[in-house]
Amino acid sequence: MIAVALWSVAALLALAPAGVVLSARPRGSFILYGGCLIATSTLCVTALSDLLYFPYLTPTATLPIGLPWLGAHFRLDALSAFFLVVVNLGGAAASLFALGYGQHEDSPGRVLPFYPAYLAAMNVVVLANDAFSFLVAWEFMSLTSWAMVVSHHREAENVRAGYVYLLMASFGTLALLLAFGLLASRAGYDFDAIRASHPSAALAGMVVILVLLGAGSKAGLVPLHAWLPLAHPAAPSHVSGLMSGVMTKVAVYGFVRIVFDLLPEPVWWWSVVVLLVGGPTATLGVLYALMQRDIKRVLAYSTIENIGIIFTGLGLALAFKAQGLDWVAALAFTAALLHVFNHALFKSLLFFGAGAVLEVTGERDMEKLGGLIHRMPKTAFAVLVGCVAISALPPFNGFVSEWLTFQAILLSPQLPNWGLKLIIPAVGGLLALAAAFAAACFVKLYGISFLGRPRSDVAASAHETDRFSLAAMFALAALCLVAGILPGLFIDALAPVSKAMVGNVMPHQTGLEWLTIVPIAESRSSYNGLLVFLFAALSGMAAASAIHRLASDRLRRAPAWDCGYPDPSPAIQYSASSFSQPIRRVFGSVILAAREIGEMPPPLSPAPARLTVDMRDLIWDALYAPIAKVISVATERINTLQFLTIRRYLTLVFAALVVLLLVVAL
Amino acid sequence: MSSLQFDIAHLLAGSLVLASFMMLYQDRLYALLNVYALHAGVLALSVAWQAYVQHAPHLYVTALIALVFKAIIIPVALHRIIRQLGIHREIENVIGVGLTMMAGIGLVALSMVVMLRVTPGADALAREDLAFALSVLLLGLLIMVTRRNAVSQVVGFMSLENGLVLAATGAKGMPLVVEISVAFSVLIAFIVIGIFLFRIRERFDSVDVQELDRFRGERR
Repeated sequence: MIAVALWSVAALLALAPAGVVLSARPRGSFILYGGCLIATSTLCVTALSDLLYFPYLTPTATLPIGLPWLGAHFRLDALSAFFLVVVNLGGAAASLFALGYGQHEDSPGRVLPFYPAYLAAMNVVVLANDAFSFLVAWEFMSLTSWAMVVSHHREAENVRAGYVYLLMASFGTLALLLAFGLLASRAGYDFDAIRASHPSAALAGMVVILVLLGAGSKAGLVPLHAWLPLAHPAAPSHVSGLMSGVMTKVAVYGFVRIVFDLLPEPVWWWSVVVLLVGGPTATLGVLYALMQRDIKRVLAYSTIENIGIIFTGLGLALAFKAQGLDWVAALAFTAALLHVFNHALFKSLLFFGAGAVLEVTGERDMEKLGGLIHRMPKTAFAVLVGCVAISALPPFNGFVSEWLTFQAILLSPQLPNWGLKLIIPAVGGLLALAAAFAAACFVKLYGISFLGRPRSDVAASAHETDRFSLAAMFALAALCLVAGILPGLFIDALAPVSKAMVGNVMPHQTGLEWLTIVPIAESRSSYNGLLVFLFAALSGMAAASAIHRLASDRLRRAPAWDCGYPDPSPAIQYSASSFSQPIRRVFGSVILAAREIGEMPPPLSPAPARLTVDMRDLIWDALYAPIAKVISVATERINTLQFLTIRRYLTLVFAALVVLLLVVAL
Repeated sequence: MSSLQFDIAHLLAGSLVLASFMMLYQDRLYALLNVYALHAGVLALSVAWQAYVQHAPHLYVTALIALVFKAIIIPVALHRIIRQLGIHREIENVIGVGLTMMAGIGLVALSMVVMLRVTPGADALAREDLAFALSVLLLGLLIMVTRRNAVSQVVGFMSLENGLVLAATGAKGMPLVVEISVAFSVLIAFIVIGIFLFRIRERFDSVDVQELDRFRGERR
């Protein structure tokens, strides 16, 4: 099993230099993405069969690379297998999408060599069983994705995004390096040795904070999220899908691996930290998303929201496990992992949809789109499925994992600790708010971009995208539906992971009649995706046929009611900004410091009236800007050292030597 | 080692420090070069004495190298350079002689204290020798810092290197290969610096390094 996985990773690594050669060929990108599709599919099938059939075996392998006295250790347990499935399912879908989408790349030489290396790095992070391989692969993943973020480097915005991304990635790796340094101080770098050592409570607490900083900066937890909405949209769309759908999950994997696996039994305050970061991340992420006009930025901010939901689930699992309620911990943990899987599906799907729109129209601004449902009906259908799934509406998969998270939140009164009893319902409220905002956000995204009338010529002249892209989107949409109506299969497949990480499992689901899922006991709550789907489908069809049968079938065309004005311009339609205006007025004035400045010309003046909206990211202003300012002032001061005279330099060297000697002497 | 041998070794190393002090207050280039030749000669004597005392014949080679290269070839070559550059009449003093001498005395005291503190276990000769060597080294650096003329900075650098050789021979056991390679690297540094001197001179009509700073648009 692990040998197949490692050979596939090696194949991906070998494709990277081939990408340099292939990028010059006309069919090169097709060959390269085809190779990536084969390798990631192999990995996905391998990991899936491992998860389903041998979940309790943990094959290991050691390769003589890396540190000479350590080697590179790899291990394939249930957790790694699950995340391998997520990574490679996303990778395979992105490669399939790119078979079509990648043909239109302007400078393939800037993307092709890095793409397979990026996939390989994410796989190695998940497979690594020692800190050195983990960190090297982690950093490799950051660097290769950075290279693709700046692939369209002629736009100044992308270069800035790459710069911020590089800084934050270095910060995250530094935090992880320190965390592993603390852990390795007793045991060395091998994960098996770290597992066997028993770090003190204070040291373990410090490691948790550092991992939350390191993995959280990669995953996009508020307030370390600033780079994400800049970098993810800047990359080519299939890479954006991978970064948002898959790489953030690799960060979640890092957090789970260290906090649930390598560290000893959790302490309750760890969960407080995670919950207090996770809940606000979910709400703030989607609130930012709601204010955006750029489709890909909406999706990137929505990733922050979903990461918040996942971390809330993980925080709940920590809380319940620390308090001895490990059957609830299993529920919360399974919910978080299921959301990891679901988010990888629908976020990739939505980014591919945005990529298809970008490819045929060249526009990412919603205010210039509209009416695409008539020109790209298939893409519009797939994106609709993604929007419904990400808004957590049944019968799709997003609903299942969020519903399970709420089930765990509703069990919080059973906790003995009063602090947690008070915090968890508050976090639950934040999640509920986030879910409502997410629905509004995707109604806006879909309604403004795909419905209505085209707002620009490029939108009016759009056409359907190619068949590979459509195949990738429809495959993901089908998986969203399957995971939504058969969640029991997925929950049961996650049982070994939950067993290994929190020590308990959710009740067995597949034997229940009508494919119902029951998180705790039938008397409490149950959900049946299949029935909801059948009901929605049947009632929808019944309503449609009734309307067709009973209504007059004569086609009438009449001017719509338009406030007494015949409407000549599509610009008069409801716009993205006007859609989000009520929410901006309620929440934005404080959290986003949003200001609306209206300029009304005097009566009888022909000058146009203007409404300008000014929004700021307060976290950027309060946290990042001061740090940047201090660093820039300090470097300016130190910079004078670069321009001293030769004698000054000699004097400095001499003075330093004398001072050091004085230190030795005294 | 008899006390007479020890005393002579001590005397020679001490004279090296004295020669370094003499270099500190030379404000004419020829005089500086002459003292440098003396410095290298004392070094050669000192190394030869160590060779005799330690019964280490390869140190005689080191002494010979010091005598031939440092006491004869380099000073003669620098003489020629100065004559060709026509700067033999230049007088330079950046800091006053008194102040420089005071700083030098402080440095010697500092190196004594450091060595006494750092090497309590070593034998007496090695301790003294290392203390003198460190003094010579620091004084060489001081010469480089207090001079403006590129030629005298080169001389300061050479005297610094003499301190290194003194330390190595006293510590019983720098292999000859290392010594030869150090000697050659110094020679090459000397050649390179010599070429640069002429280049600087060609461009600025002076070997005062202040000219370089002025060229870069800096003020003192």
